[in-house]
Amino acid sequence: MFSWYYISGILILTGINLLTVLGLSLLTGFTGLFSFGHAGFMAIGAYTAATMTMQFHMPLLLALLLGGVVSMLVSLIIGRLTLNLKGDYFCIATLGFGEATRLILDNVQYFGGSRGLPGIPTYENNEYLAIVVFINVLAIVAMVFLIRSRHGRNMVAIREEELASQAIGINVFRYKITSLAISALYAGVAGGLMAHYLGYIQPIMFQLIKSTELTIIVIFGGLGSITGSVIGAIVLTFLPEVLRTFFQWRLVVYGAAVILIMITRPQGLMGGKELNLKAIWRWVKRRRGGAENDSSAIS
Amino acid sequence: MLKVEDLNVYYGGIHALRGVSIDVEQGQIVTIIGSNGAGKSSLLNAISGMIKYNGLIEYENKTLPHHAHKVVKSGICQVPEGRVIFANLTVHENLKMGAYLRNDLKKIQEDFERVYELFPRLKEREKQIAGTLSGGEQQMLAMGRGLMSAPELILLDEPSLGLAPLLINTIFEIILEIKAMGKTILLVEQNAFKALSIADKAYVLEQGQITAQGSASELLKDETIQEAYLGKKNK
Repeated sequence: MFSWYYISGILILTGINLLTVLGLSLLTGFTGLFSFGHAGFMAIGAYTAATMTMQFHMPLLLALLLGGVVSMLVSLIIGRLTLNLKGDYFCIATLGFGEATRLILDNVQYFGGSRGLPGIPTYENNEYLAIVVFINVLAIVAMVFLIRSRHGRNMVAIREEELASQAIGINVFRYKITSLAISALYAGVAGGLMAHYLGYIQPIMFQLIKSTELTIIVIFGGLGSITGSVIGAIVLTFLPEVLRTFFQWRLVVYGAAVILIMITRPQGLMGGKELNLKAIWRWVKRRRGGAENDSSAIS
Repeated sequence: MLKVEDLNVYYGGIHALRGVSIDVEQGQIVTIIGSNGAGKSSLLNAISGMIKYNGLIEYENKTLPHHAHKVVKSGICQVPEGRVIFANLTVHENLKMGAYLRNDLKKIQEDFERVYELFPRLKEREKQIAGTLSGGEQQMLAMGRGLMSAPELILLDEPSLGLAPLLINTIFEIILEIKAMGKTILLVEQNAFKALSIADKAYVLEQGQITAQGSASELLKDETIQEAYLGKKNK
C-alpha cells in the first residue's frame, strides 16, 4: 500500500525534523530557554547550503556544514542581543527573529524573493536517507556526550535555578549562548538537508508555524530527554502522513494527540528520563521482583 | 576589605541607588537596614555583579569584576533572598554545587564537615531532596551552600525572611558563629532590631541613599532610628 519511495521520503523528513529538534531540545529541554524562531535558523542554513552547491558547486556535506556554521554565527549575534532578556521576553525576541528572517528572504532578489530558490541539486532517495541517518547518528552521539559532560550539567543547573547557578559561580551567559549556538548549528544543517531533499526552498516554508511545530515536538517528547525528542520527532512527523487518507481531519487528530499527551503527561512522553538498556533492564527487574519484594522497587 | 564608592544603579528610568558608599572591614558583620524597596538587595546584587551599575566597588584594593562568576571566584559569595536552592537535588548535592569553582578535594571535605557541624539539621537530612525541606532548613541550606565556595566575604540577603521567630533566633546565632570562623559578613535585613544587635557596623538605606551610619550599638540607641525601624515611640 505504501511504496518504499514514499516511506523513505517520510523517513528523510523525520531525520530533518529530528536534527532540528535535537538542537532545540538542548536549548529548551536542558537549558530552559524557549524559542519560537528556530525555523529562521533552518532558513539561514537552507539558503546558505543551497547557494553553495548551486553557485559554487561545493560538495554537499561541506555545504551543509557551512550552512550550519553561518546559522550558528547569526545565533551568536542574536544571542548577544537577546539572552539577557528573561523567559518570556527572550521567547518573543526569537519569534521576532524568525519572522524577520523570513521577511528579509522574501525581499532579497538574489535568493528569488518570495518565489524561492528552485533547481537545487537533489539526490536519489536511498542515498540521501543514508546521509541523513549518518548525520543524525553523529548528532545524537555528540549531544549525549555534551549533556553528560560538565558543560551539559551546567546547562541543566541553569534550567533548574538560574539565580543559584549564578551564585555558585557558573558563567550563566556563556552557557546560554553556547546552548543557543549549538541548537542553531543543528537547525542550520537540517535546513540544508531540507533544501537538497526538496530541490527548492521558499521563505514561506520557514514561517512561525514551522518553529511552533518544532517546539511542540520537544515538549511532546518531554523536556530534558534526548530519547523523548527522538520519539517525539518520529511520532509527530509520521502521524500526519499516516493520517493523510483522512485528509482534512488529520491536523485535528494531530492537535488532539498533542493535547491528550499534555493532559495525561504534562512532563511529555519521556519527561527528563532517558530510554536505554539500563533503564529497560531496571524496569524489567522491577516488574519481576515487584510481586515478591515491594521495597526493592523503591530503593 | 570591601569598599563601595558613589554607587549608582538604574532600572530603566528609576534611580534605585543614589551615590551609595560603604566600607566593610575584615572580620566584621556589617548590616544594611531599611524598609522595603529602599535598595538593599540592589546593593548586594551590584556587589556580586548580577546587575549593572556605575561607580567603584573595590575588594582588597582591586576593582571587582563586573561578572557574577568572576566575583564568586575572587572570594565573595551571595546567599540570595528567598532560599534559592536546587529543589530537585539532595541536601548533600546542593552543598556540593556550592564548591563548583573549587578543586581542592581535601579542603572541600573539611568544609563539608564544618558546614554539617554548623547546621546539624542539614546533616540529619543529608540525603533528602532539598525541595521537601522546611523554609528554615532551606535557608540554612542556602547559607551552607554559600560557605562551601570558601568565601572570605558573605553577602546575606534577608536570611530571616518568612521564618518563625524561634528560627530567626537560630539563624542569627549561626551568623555569629560564621563570623567566629573568621568570615566577613555583609547582612541585609528588614528585621532591624535583630540585625543591629549582632552587627558591628550599620548603614541605614532610605530610597536609595545612605541616611545614617555608625556602630550598630549607637544606631540601636538612636531615637529617630528607633522610631522608624524599631517600632518605639519616643515622646
